[in-house]
Amino acid sequence: MSARLRGYALFAGVAALFLVVAPLALPAFRLDELAKYLCFAIAALGIGLAWGQGGMLTLGQGVFFGLGGYAMGMYLKLHDAGGDLPDFMVWSGVDKLPALWKPFGNPVFALAAVVVVPVVIATLLGVLVFRQRVRGAYFAILTQALAAAFVILLVGQQGLTGGTNGLTNFYDFFGQDPEADSTQRTTYFVTAIVLGVLYLLARQLVKSRFGRLLVAVRDGEDRVRFLGYNPATVKTITFAISAGMAGIAGALFVPVVGIISPSLLDVVPSLELVVAVAIGGRYTLAGAVLGAVAMNYAKTSFSEQWADGWLYLEGALFIGVMTLAPRGAVGVYEQVRDAIARRRKPVPAPPTASEVPA
Amino acid sequence: MSALLEIRGLEVVFDGFRALGGVDLTVEQGELRFLIGPNGAGKTTLIDVVTGLTRPASGTVRFAGTELGGLREHKIVRLGIGRTFQTSVVFEELTVVENLDLAAGFRRPLPTLLRQRRGVSDTVAAALDTIGLGDLADRPAGVLSHGQRQWLEIGMLIAQKPRLLLLDEPVAGMSRDERDRTGELLTEIARDHTVVVVEHDMEFLRRYASQVTVLHEGKVLVEGDVATVQADPRVQEVYLGRTKKEAA
Amino acid sequence: MESLLNQLPVGLSIGAVLLLIALGLTFTFGQMGVINMAHGEFIMAGAYTAYMLQDWFHGQAVIVALPVAFVVAGTLGWILERAAIRHFYGRPLDTLLLTWGVSLVLQQAARDLFGAPNVQVTAPSWLSGRVELLGGNLPYARLFIMGLATACVVGIWAYMNRSRQGRRMRAVMQNRELAAVSGVATGRVDQLTFFIGSGLAGVAGVALTLIGPVGPSLGTYYIVDAFLVVVAGGLGQLRGAVIAALALGMLNSYGEFWTDASLAKVIVFVVIVGFLQVRPQGLFVLRSRALT
Repeated sequence: MSARLRGYALFAGVAALFLVVAPLALPAFRLDELAKYLCFAIAALGIGLAWGQGGMLTLGQGVFFGLGGYAMGMYLKLHDAGGDLPDFMVWSGVDKLPALWKPFGNPVFALAAVVVVPVVIATLLGVLVFRQRVRGAYFAILTQALAAAFVILLVGQQGLTGGTNGLTNFYDFFGQDPEADSTQRTTYFVTAIVLGVLYLLARQLVKSRFGRLLVAVRDGEDRVRFLGYNPATVKTITFAISAGMAGIAGALFVPVVGIISPSLLDVVPSLELVVAVAIGGRYTLAGAVLGAVAMNYAKTSFSEQWADGWLYLEGALFIGVMTLAPRGAVGVYEQVRDAIARRRKPVPAPPTASEVPA
Repeated sequence: MSALLEIRGLEVVFDGFRALGGVDLTVEQGELRFLIGPNGAGKTTLIDVVTGLTRPASGTVRFAGTELGGLREHKIVRLGIGRTFQTSVVFEELTVVENLDLAAGFRRPLPTLLRQRRGVSDTVAAALDTIGLGDLADRPAGVLSHGQRQWLEIGMLIAQKPRLLLLDEPVAGMSRDERDRTGELLTEIARDHTVVVVEHDMEFLRRYASQVTVLHEGKVLVEGDVATVQADPRVQEVYLGRTKKEAA
Repeated sequence: MESLLNQLPVGLSIGAVLLLIALGLTFTFGQMGVINMAHGEFIMAGAYTAYMLQDWFHGQAVIVALPVAFVVAGTLGWILERAAIRHFYGRPLDTLLLTWGVSLVLQQAARDLFGAPNVQVTAPSWLSGRVELLGGNLPYARLFIMGLATACVVGIWAYMNRSRQGRRMRAVMQNRELAAVSGVATGRVDQLTFFIGSGLAGVAGVALTLIGPVGPSLGTYYIVDAFLVVVAGGLGQLRGAVIAALALGMLNSYGEFWTDASLAKVIVFVVIVGFLQVRPQGLFVLRSRALT
């Protein structure tokens, strides 16, 4: 019971740090940067769920992040254009608004699409792939191929997607100037609160019977079948949830950073998200979130100093973590904590199986 | 019309090798049936076909009147057939209770799965009691010994509330004490379940079996009670030959 | 109709490039189950080997580079296997992420060594012509790549089926424990498998210099497609890889012809997911009784 209380206290402390301390202490542009990291953290939360809990290594979260981002961007572009064609379409020689764009003029539709489109696509892929028991490395490769194809599609369909430049130059975000400090502050709060709520929901899911089932599927998919469950359903649901989270993250990213473009969704950024989760600690949701914030912070500050070096550092960090601490920072923390606890008061060793009377 | 499991003309071929060559088998409601035979006789293959893990080349498997051909594994479980594996597979990161709860839970509708487990359900408590792992209820299954894992698996099977239990070599690799305990467990379960046991261990067979089916090279050789089967010269030749002296 | 036929050699030559890259993967991924994301960087290393050799061999550098790149990339692979991957057997997903870290470092190293801009390798003059084929123009260079891919396939087939080492390799792949107790030094087989698989990436890299410029991120363009070839072909199956590579090449070529390049990739992806509905384990599988 006390562990549970401590958990809540910790969550409240972190929430206070992000909702009170950070906004007071940081200048607006740093706060906006933090908001960007929190967007990645939302996507990372989804990866923690799918990969850490469910064992599905998804290397294509950029796709769902992008779908959410583009849904949001399309609405903002149409809103800015005010009945005319969005600027980039004019430059690409498009003379009529494509049918795909039309419904995104409606903010409700666009906001719903942010979640629904990624969820539908992930469900479709999940049903097709998991039902056929395609898993592990095969699944990872497929998701990576999906990311690659998606980016090529976005770049190639210039008139429809803005090509390499993506969607940018937004002037009006739900009645606010996106560049204004007050708007950035608001989007920061929205992002932080969304992350907090999604974290609590995801945590509830992990603790639920479904969460236990998910871990069972991760550790013994074939055995789970003989308990009367269909692992494909469990995996598809989880994968869809993680895709929905990535979609929300992408949608929040647009007002926070002011752009959504293919280079943000490619194979490498998708992989970097997974890397961040691994470094933070894939087996806990908190580790995933922590990893995403820390990695992206490190990337920004390091790139400011020594851009080329970052790739060496990222590579080395990653090799090091995979080799020495596959459970990530959280795993290291747990090890240290247990070691200290053991030294402080020698607990009797847990009963080994043979000692326990049967 | 009390046959729970009816297998007719079952054939299984692996890349040209005939693992089962036309097996007929009927298991009545409430029966405790032992399935024996030398290595490669097709015992596990037979269970694999019934539970949907292996697809037969021809033949039918009917369970309580339902044809099982082409059904996926979890659907077959949902009809009421449960099984264990030779190498026990329990979920090491989950506790003993969580393992049992998972096994008991497949009939729950999805929305209730989203809730956290509070306490221990009657089914789980009963299973825990039967297998005698109450002391270890909240320990992760990873710490269990080999024998305890086998019992947990049997417990998970009971918690599923199946109408037919298929146990694949439940005492393989067990110590003498563990065997005795498993035998008692088996007798207890067989009182209100229909059970098919694949077993190698002859001594275990003699102590706990009543009805026995002997498989040999993918075919049913003999069927009957223990004494009849043991006395049959064909059985002695292919299987009990090694222990003839002991049997006599 | 004529232009339809035109696409055939184009598809064949894309397929040949994919095949060359995927051949190495059938060793490392197929035989050993290691997803080596640095495979793309071994391709790059092979390509830069050809670039370096230009200083001495000028127009003939590509030919000299074929064996040299095999050894260079193979050695890189061998080092990677010894230093890191062998500690990761049985953890394919972790290996994937680990080798991705390696690939980042190698790309940056190439940028520091050779500069970020692309460089060009001059093809031998006797490869500069074109041949009329099925109403289309096929550069000799493409023809050479097809020939090289064919030679590699034949060589690998002979090695796997006719040599003692090759048989050991297959034994380890099919049943590692059994091979070990039968006296096969599995560790040594792993090293050799990785050397050959990575070496083939180097050969592929040299071939790529014939059809385009060389840059630090050369490998990343091909690696995803190459993995798809192995997935569609079936793990560790040479004939599967050949058929899948050619099919993917054709699909790319005709997909681009009928729609455009950006849709072609999506079509390829959809077709592969569709294909997995029929053959979830790829074209050819080794059937076994074991559960998982």
